[in-house]
Amino acid sequence: MFESVLIANRGEIAKRIIKTCKRLNIRTIAVYSEADEASPHVKEADEAYLIGPARVNESYLNVDRIIEVAKEANAEAIHPGYGLLSENTDFAKRIQDEGIVFVGPDSYAINQMGSKLTARKTMEKAGVPIIPGTNDPISTTEEAKEFANKIGYPVMLKASHGGGGIGMQIVHNDQELEKAFESNARRAEQFFGNGTMFIEKVIENAHHIEIQLLADHHGNVLHLFDRECSIQRRHQKVIEEAPSPLLKEETRQKMADAAIKAAKAIQYKNAGTIEFLVDEDQNFYFLEMNTRLQVEHPVTEQITGIDLVEQQLKVAFGDELTLKQEDIQIQGHSIEARIYAEDPKTFFPSPGKITKLSLPEAPFIRHDVAVENEYQVTPFYDPMIAKLIVSGSTREETVKNLKTVLSKYEVEGIKTNLPLLKDIVELQAFKDGHTRTSFIQEYILVNQ
Amino acid sequence: MNQVTASMAGNVWKVVVNEGDQVESGQDVVILESMKMEIPIAAETTGTVKELKVNEGDFVNEGDVIAVIE
Repeated sequence: MFESVLIANRGEIAKRIIKTCKRLNIRTIAVYSEADEASPHVKEADEAYLIGPARVNESYLNVDRIIEVAKEANAEAIHPGYGLLSENTDFAKRIQDEGIVFVGPDSYAINQMGSKLTARKTMEKAGVPIIPGTNDPISTTEEAKEFANKIGYPVMLKASHGGGGIGMQIVHNDQELEKAFESNARRAEQFFGNGTMFIEKVIENAHHIEIQLLADHHGNVLHLFDRECSIQRRHQKVIEEAPSPLLKEETRQKMADAAIKAAKAIQYKNAGTIEFLVDEDQNFYFLEMNTRLQVEHPVTEQITGIDLVEQQLKVAFGDELTLKQEDIQIQGHSIEARIYAEDPKTFFPSPGKITKLSLPEAPFIRHDVAVENEYQVTPFYDPMIAKLIVSGSTREETVKNLKTVLSKYEVEGIKTNLPLLKDIVELQAFKDGHTRTSFIQEYILVNQ
Repeated sequence: MNQVTASMAGNVWKVVVNEGDQVESGQDVVILESMKMEIPIAAETTGTVKELKVNEGDFVNEGDVIAVIE
């Protein structure tokens, strides 16, 4: 196993990775920006290096500086976490050229999945069902209108290089499309340096369900079942759970098989996730592949008992997976609620100082937290400040546990989405598992 | 006279009008950026931009006055 790992990330995920490294006796090297000097991940790592000013472009996305630190600290490997540099092909390649191991797939696989359009083609060729849509870029509003009318509204406009919901919008008619097409292309250009757009048909009443995979350098690909992540705001997940309440056993198996086929098609290595949209008749369609650890990975860890970060490190080191598919079983149920520093109604960010933080404790609770009492939440990074993961032997028990824990979870000084989370767990539709991607729109916003 | 105020705390990413410009109700005045989210802040009345109270890169709190429209 590696002797040392640099964690090129911040917040709760940096802490999460450090935790597993400590258990495996791996020396941990943290990096931080000027705004994160007092962050928990800096204190918990064995070593920490300042890499630049607050803005991500000057710090957490500063490839040159991170490589410089990795060499100075003699890091054998770099774990990118999620977001930031985790799906940056140039970064993966550059550190490899420096003789440092990237804890993730090779740049070929990241590239194949980095462009949503390329990914669609690759998946179609591999025999994985894709959403009806364009296989080539759409460059003008006129062209977009023509295609939309051909497949029928509503359609989803998507940026090929987009992510986090940016550059993505549903439109219901020509007028909406005219308004949305160019502005989304422009935003994608600003955010991702690429304004290529394409169109997909909207899958009605869809659930967002994904399959967790683990693949090694010896040709083994395993699945760790599914996660349902349908409850979203601004196209970002709010509540995730495993296993999905929607899937029939037969569909679950079919999706796992398709996901394994997809990974094999690009000789994928390390942990990865294939996201699907699933309609209420159990039809599923490839959405995208995330070539990294996911925010919501803890629910899979809770139901399988497998530490995904440990498996990632083993695979990156070159070890063969010792796990066998038949050893991986679903035990119980697990739900993750993301705690965002934001207004619970408008979802606008709410940075500021945390004046009180009270986290309930029980054996069925897991906290992956990036903040502490008196912590200053800055406006520079993602609004997610904590993840609350609650488990139980059944879904019903888990929902009950979550409700109890949320009623005792306290964050003061900043606005958080806790009121929203409490509203969600009270809803009959949530208790019944009727969690379509339109959930928040359908049950929460409609009453405001 | 009408004030344009920040609907969230964040950095002023872009100022899209100049002092003296004629703006219409609903037209963007600045774009704020916070926690990876951009929020355009629009004028609520039609008029002339009398004063811009912020520059690009400034930090504003929720409720801070960004511009005055007359």
